[in-house]
Amino acid sequence: MANVIARGRGYTSTIMMVGALLGVFMILALLMAAGAKDTGMAVQAWTFIGLAGAFLVGMSLWAGQLLGRNPFDQSEYENAIVKWGVFASMFWGIAGLLVGVVIALQLTFPHFMYFPEWGFTNFGRLRPLHTSAVIFAFGGNVLLATSFYVVQRTCRARLAGGMWPWFVFWGYQIFIVLAATGYLLGITQSKEYAEPEWYVDWWLTLVWVAYLLVFLGTIWKRKEPHIYVANWFYLSFIVTIAMLHIVNNLSVPVSFTGSKSVQVFAGVQDAMTQWWYGHNAVGFFLTTGFLAIMYYFIPKRVNRPVYSYRLSIVHFWSLIFIYIWAGPHHLHYTALPQWAQTLGMTFSVMLWMPSWGGMINGVMTLSGAWDKLRTDPVVRMMVVSLAFYGMSTFEGPLMSVRAVNSLSHYTEWGIGHVHSGALGWVGYISFGALYCLVPWLWKKKALFSKSLVEWHFWVSTIGILFYMISMWFAGITEGLMWRAYNEFGFLEYSFVETVEAKHISYMIRALGGFLYFSGACLMAYNLVRTVLGHGEAESFDTIEPKYARPHQPVLQPAE
Amino acid sequence: MGLMNKHVVLERHSLLLTICILIVVSIGGIIQMVPLMYMDNTIERVDGMRPYTPLELAGRDIYIREGCYVCHSQMVRPLRDEVERYGHYSLAAESMYDHPFQWGSKRTGPDLARVGGKYSAEWQVDHLKDPRSVVPESVMPPYAFLADKTLKYDGIEARLRTERLVGVPYTDEMIENAKAHLVAQADPDNLGYDDVDGLIEAYTQASGREGTVETRDYDGDPGRITEMDALVAYLQMTGTLVDFSTYEAGDLKNRR
Repeated sequence: MANVIARGRGYTSTIMMVGALLGVFMILALLMAAGAKDTGMAVQAWTFIGLAGAFLVGMSLWAGQLLGRNPFDQSEYENAIVKWGVFASMFWGIAGLLVGVVIALQLTFPHFMYFPEWGFTNFGRLRPLHTSAVIFAFGGNVLLATSFYVVQRTCRARLAGGMWPWFVFWGYQIFIVLAATGYLLGITQSKEYAEPEWYVDWWLTLVWVAYLLVFLGTIWKRKEPHIYVANWFYLSFIVTIAMLHIVNNLSVPVSFTGSKSVQVFAGVQDAMTQWWYGHNAVGFFLTTGFLAIMYYFIPKRVNRPVYSYRLSIVHFWSLIFIYIWAGPHHLHYTALPQWAQTLGMTFSVMLWMPSWGGMINGVMTLSGAWDKLRTDPVVRMMVVSLAFYGMSTFEGPLMSVRAVNSLSHYTEWGIGHVHSGALGWVGYISFGALYCLVPWLWKKKALFSKSLVEWHFWVSTIGILFYMISMWFAGITEGLMWRAYNEFGFLEYSFVETVEAKHISYMIRALGGFLYFSGACLMAYNLVRTVLGHGEAESFDTIEPKYARPHQPVLQPAE
Repeated sequence: MGLMNKHVVLERHSLLLTICILIVVSIGGIIQMVPLMYMDNTIERVDGMRPYTPLELAGRDIYIREGCYVCHSQMVRPLRDEVERYGHYSLAAESMYDHPFQWGSKRTGPDLARVGGKYSAEWQVDHLKDPRSVVPESVMPPYAFLADKTLKYDGIEARLRTERLVGVPYTDEMIENAKAHLVAQADPDNLGYDDVDGLIEAYTQASGREGTVETRDYDGDPGRITEMDALVAYLQMTGTLVDFSTYEAGDLKNRR
């Protein structure tokens, strides 16, 4: 009984705590806006005040209508936040891909959206906007939404923390908007994939700690004795990203009311820290997080248990252990000591095996349900994502070999490699998860249109192939041209000749990117129509009312 | 398999699982990163290296702000074609005062580690204003607006002080005179002879080598100090501090 009362009080207190926290940060932001040393800081502070204020007002209005009713009913799953997450993923995904198409066009036609008197849309500012939008805004929201969905089902417990998951969600969106508007204003610490300045880093740290606690708190409430394999992967993603983020962003602000900060590390040490971070943002944000998605959505969608429990243990621990070492392969032939480069290369080559362990475990889960590859385009998308994962985790070790790297580094080959992983693996497994989630969350029998999924699949796949092949071609061409000698022993080409040689490849790449972007638009249209209940998306909430009840085991342990 | 059965313990204890994950993912980073803070060949000083002058530092901040690093590396690798194209391969010490480093990861444009002095300041200004006016095939964005923007340097002392906090050896004198030094470098005719002298003396002493400080109007607009002045001042000094005519890579103390 006491427990029930405590719980009843718990929900108001979490709303109060989130409100108080927002209030404190709004006051801090107001002080920063008042004493702002640069215009960028003032704009950022007012943006924060606006967004946090909107969150606070929205939350207060909503809480005012509760009239003592507990909005965090422990007998039901928290689905609303996952629904918001699905929409945020679609929105940021399309925005990020669109910026990608714009910067691809800028490299092809260097007058496109360039204004000599106005630097906001220059490539140097838009490229961080593109990378952060697709990785952190799109990928991050997919991870938030799916992790909140999966951890509840696999633990058979409602999300812990009452209002705190909402703080995580909206706090994360505030982080995205601050980072994105900051890049346009020229606020950056120039560390790739960690460009946001010190105050945004602190805010993200706070949001991330709340995320970890919400996730762990839900696991602590679980009614399943075992922690399901997808949650190991989510947990390693959350914990490791926290570690990477904090160490790589160690910096001293020049002023507490200015946007500029100075990194604690310099030169070699900073380079090593950055690529330890950079490579493991790939490893733990874009790999373990999305492997967690694979470990839940593929078995659920094909209705088969995970292929091998042992393989999942072996490849989980070996993957997270080995990944961390691979960073120095970004620094071959640089001033980083050679022993560190060799360690990075060796572990990168070793990384091939645990990566393929994950791919095999995912693909073989289809055992006995191979027909679904033909009949269900969503399953096909997820399996093709594993094929791209396998391909790029083979290409990666290859490129990490010093001799290969001397050719491939600094070229478009790197860009091609990143995009086969990003568009093929991360994109497709995310799209697959979104296609699963929308009918499940909105309780529809099917998607609005299966043939639109087919269209999405083929348009995007052709887009990826255009992208990869043109970038392989461009990268190897320029790499060879840089090192070409003429018969007299002089360098054959000036640098700008190698730029000129890539023009056609750039055009094909922009087309590939545009096709991929179009596919994502088809998906968004399909998902919105599904939510609206059009086409084949008939409701079945009246048929199975218990669908969303935590007491019903919705997932059997895979062992 | 016995070991596999023991894994159940981790699957039932979330904190144990979290701690194990944290330990497993910490090992690689510690082994690769910690020695770099102590090993001689990553922290040694090389003759000629000095902290950036206030104007160069302001220029470097603009370089960072505009995201130049996304297309330009500053790291010449010890490969035959690179050494011939860009100059002597980069030393660890040459980025010892770079918080953060600017080695880059992609060469959509050429490496800039040793671009200092390769072109005239006038060429740099023309090229930044309209890259295609001097290199027709270039795909670089235009930066004409830099020549219109007056450089803001109210906070330059605080900026230098923060650099010192993370280990860059700025002296009290350098910090006190930061504004005067900045103006003296971009606009040597407008101020008294002493300020230029003071600037050159302070940074030459830090460098230990004559001729590492250039003072002039960079942007062709001597009336005021613009962001163009600062950026070109930075570009014109990159990679020029170490005297490679006397540096012997083959010397026993430089061999690893």
